[in-house]
Amino acid sequence: MTETLAPQGVAPALAHVRRNKVRPRYGTHLFLVVMAIAWLIPLLWALFTALRPKADTDKYGYFSFGGAFNLDNFFTAWNQGGFANYFGNSVIITVPTVILTLLLASMMAFAVSRFSWKFNVTLLIMFTAGNLLPPQVLAAPLFEMFKHVSLPYSVSDSGNLLNTYTAVIAVDTAFQIGFCTFVLSNYMKALPHDMTEAAIVDGAGVWRQYWEIIMPLTRPAFAALGTLEVIWIYNDFFWPLLLIQSGNRLPVTTAIHNLQGQFLSNYNLLAAGAIITVIPTLIIYIVLQKQFVAGLTLGASKG
Amino acid sequence: MSNENLSAFSHATGGTMTRRALVSGAVGLGTLAALAACTGTATGGATASKTLTFGSGSSDDVPKRAYAAVVDAFNKKSGDKVTTNTVAHNDFQNNINTYLQGSPDDVFTWFAGYRMRFYAAKDLVAPIDDVWKKIGGQFGAGLAGASTGDDGKKYFVPNYNYPWGFFYRKSVWQAKGYNVPTKFDDLVALAKQMKTDGLTPIAFADKDGWPAMGTFDYINMRTNGYKFHMDLTAHKESWDQKKVKDVFDNWKQLLPYQSPDALGLTWQEGAQALGAGKAGMYLLGSFVTQQFTDPAVLADIDFFPFPEIAVEGTDSVEAPIDGLMLTKKGGDNQAARDFLAFMGTAAGQEAYFSVDKSNLMTVKNADTSAYSDFNKKLAGVISNAKHISQFFDRDALPAMANNVMIPALQGFLKDGTVDTANLEAQAKALYAAQ
Amino acid sequence: MTADVRTREQATKATGQGSRRLRRRYSLLNRRDKIVLATMVAIPTLIQLVLVWIPTVLSVLLSFVRWNGLAFSDIRPAGVSNYQYIFQTYPSFWPALQHNLLWLAFLAVVATPIGLLLAVLLDQNIRGSRIYQSIFFTPVMLSLVLIGVIWQLFYSQNNGLLNFLLGTSGTPQAVDWFGNPHLNIWAALIAATWRHAGYVMILYLAGLKGVDPSLREAAALDGANSVQLFFRVILPVMRPINIVIVVITIIESLRAFDIVYIINGGKNGLELISALVIQFLVGEAQVIGIGSALAVVLLVISLVPIIIYLSRTFKKES
Repeated sequence: MTETLAPQGVAPALAHVRRNKVRPRYGTHLFLVVMAIAWLIPLLWALFTALRPKADTDKYGYFSFGGAFNLDNFFTAWNQGGFANYFGNSVIITVPTVILTLLLASMMAFAVSRFSWKFNVTLLIMFTAGNLLPPQVLAAPLFEMFKHVSLPYSVSDSGNLLNTYTAVIAVDTAFQIGFCTFVLSNYMKALPHDMTEAAIVDGAGVWRQYWEIIMPLTRPAFAALGTLEVIWIYNDFFWPLLLIQSGNRLPVTTAIHNLQGQFLSNYNLLAAGAIITVIPTLIIYIVLQKQFVAGLTLGASKG
Repeated sequence: MSNENLSAFSHATGGTMTRRALVSGAVGLGTLAALAACTGTATGGATASKTLTFGSGSSDDVPKRAYAAVVDAFNKKSGDKVTTNTVAHNDFQNNINTYLQGSPDDVFTWFAGYRMRFYAAKDLVAPIDDVWKKIGGQFGAGLAGASTGDDGKKYFVPNYNYPWGFFYRKSVWQAKGYNVPTKFDDLVALAKQMKTDGLTPIAFADKDGWPAMGTFDYINMRTNGYKFHMDLTAHKESWDQKKVKDVFDNWKQLLPYQSPDALGLTWQEGAQALGAGKAGMYLLGSFVTQQFTDPAVLADIDFFPFPEIAVEGTDSVEAPIDGLMLTKKGGDNQAARDFLAFMGTAAGQEAYFSVDKSNLMTVKNADTSAYSDFNKKLAGVISNAKHISQFFDRDALPAMANNVMIPALQGFLKDGTVDTANLEAQAKALYAAQ
Repeated sequence: MTADVRTREQATKATGQGSRRLRRRYSLLNRRDKIVLATMVAIPTLIQLVLVWIPTVLSVLLSFVRWNGLAFSDIRPAGVSNYQYIFQTYPSFWPALQHNLLWLAFLAVVATPIGLLLAVLLDQNIRGSRIYQSIFFTPVMLSLVLIGVIWQLFYSQNNGLLNFLLGTSGTPQAVDWFGNPHLNIWAALIAATWRHAGYVMILYLAGLKGVDPSLREAAALDGANSVQLFFRVILPVMRPINIVIVVITIIESLRAFDIVYIINGGKNGLELISALVIQFLVGEAQVIGIGSALAVVLLVISLVPIIIYLSRTFKKES
């Protein structure tokens, strides 16, 4: 597996040395500019539509510049769509999932990468494979399992695990542990053993080796994986769709499906709603772009 | 959408505050609340409550506001607090199995027909015979029958119903000199004329899959009769027979006159085409009029029943009934029962009608003075009907309607062919799986 | 990737090999450490078993029963009748399988090469490379649902940009990109490409950064042009990344769901196996046995790339 990571092992400075950078490449630039514009058009079109009042687009047509440009659609969509609530739900689901996933995956990765025992590769394979399954394969049994876990109404108003954030957090965590374990175990494998050896000499137990030595060293991988996982969980559509029945508990990514029906006759509002949903990921992207890309390339295995 | 209706209470607790907790909280506040509730009709096992939750699939603007009006009127009358959770129409229906097994709300919007009886038989909803004792006198036999489960108990309170038929703009027809067709051949001839006049003769929108079922039902009932419709949807009749093929053969005569891109259009877009005068007529339920926000357009809309084909004239009308049901969990909540009973009174239905005038009230003593001539015409069609069908997806097994009929009808709209032998094979497998 | 991560990787790689033999044997641990370690393994493993692997097995079992999804007492054995239904009777199954294959072919033949091409071009120290990268990469951040919504605005028959650009908007010739059953799969594929190409680009770019520059030098001295350089030198060196990209492409095409679901629920020209599974599982029209049989078909197909990938990845270790 180190192969996947190998390319990153080479100093980037070297890779660019003595490359011919003199000859201007007009053809390449032209191609890239055309592609970049093509790539931006759908987003810009959504933004353009969102900025115009429906009355003006009805009057002048969507493909026109007539009329006003303002943020009214965003406010209307925010209020009518109830985005504050949906964003809250997204946070309630995303934060615990990412923390749990990283914590559990780091324990597993630590155990399989720093110690040799009989089944560690088997387990690692199991974890990695689980992550690659299409979620639809598990949908029916998970749904039925959650439905048949009886809970008192004081804990869950459905009387079972359906329609709870817990269900979504649990399944998202289970699905993401595999990937994170895989990436973290590769990372931990490459950490020098001298440091833990020294600690063992000092009498440090397994937990201290994990918590005080390995975890701090793994911080860069956590930053990368954490960013990646936040985006993935935020973007998850399927599990809330399956497991949550109350419209007001859906995270924003799944709720946009409802909003699509609600705003269908008003494309300006729909566009504004879409842009609102993009904003958190865009902010994370701008602030943490490096971590995100690092996370993706760290575990280029992600399906 | 839904969260506007969310109480600040449940919002503050992240939505995890449960109804039971709310209830006990309310009772815990003092004996007053409990006392007040106890003065209500004591039904076996019903707990005292002054709050209830209401799951609504009526997510379009007009019906959503109409139910809000009902909730307000109920609140004024009883003091009980209703928390409404609105979910997008299609999602609400798609999630109903899960929803009822989890039943997060006490009362929910639903339909009469197979889809009501099925959940009653599976014991996922609560019987409401006590409610019917209070409201039963206000409903005719047809409505009472439609509210009854296979076990003879009542499970459903009708709110409104609405006939399906052809809607058109009077001004357009007057300008072109069109006449209402009474025979199928007249309809085809009229459509042909409209096409030469540059109109889309019959607006058709089937992106969501279900609207085409209305056309199927009508051609089927006009070709083979009401009983055949009921037996076919119950799978007592085979799909692989000439009678079914006849339905599609008749439909084929209309295909060239329907919106050619129907598979990409939602029914709302179909309504827009009619409202804009681009389409000559539109076969849909009377809820289509909700889309005409311009009063001038609305006043210009008229209706005619699906023309006669072979049997029973125009005796059968497709007029689905929408109303409220009680979830298994809501069965313990007296306030929820009171809310259902309120829906079965003139006051409740008038509150709804005051906002949503596209539907017809179902209680006998409702004040119909607010009915427009158009409403009266629709009401007349229903009261004169000898048979009332619900709708294909309400009369048939949901798996048959959703997973077999929708693709089959969409395929038929695509290329004019349908494999009835395959329909029968699928029906056999799916009805056996229940 | 941060410089921090990279340098650490680099620094630790050299020692990593040597210190592997120092990896502690489990048997050398004391009792308390064994318990701690066992707990650290047991919790994630249990979660993984209960929420991933047991459901997978249950999916297989459920595919051999008839069940309306309500009470357990309603479960009845069905033999292979659910499979008979999907293979012989259900008219949407074979089109769905074809669409999955088409999805795979399109990602493999169009989306992935576009990503590779972008990566190769952007690796050439070109001016504005970072801006281009950011632009191409933006869709990767977006959920597939949102991509469906955004492209719907673009494709809309009467209000979408595409029909305006084609000059057909508002005319009877206006193309219904998402509604026309012969076109919508292609429209959806282009939306999927929008995301997939950026994904492939970023992965490949990371790989290319690691190609030893002396290889390029040597090839250039031999008189190889840039096309030859790519196919004869770069591509073979990039083998590990290539495998990853092949697997991602296959898995993504099997997982494709969100976009078609948001367009029309996966009907009318947009049937995919994943969407059929959901049509039989979440709706009012729930038929668990048939939905599970479809899920098992999806599982069996998915296992092929998964096993190939795993055996390549873990061959050396075990």
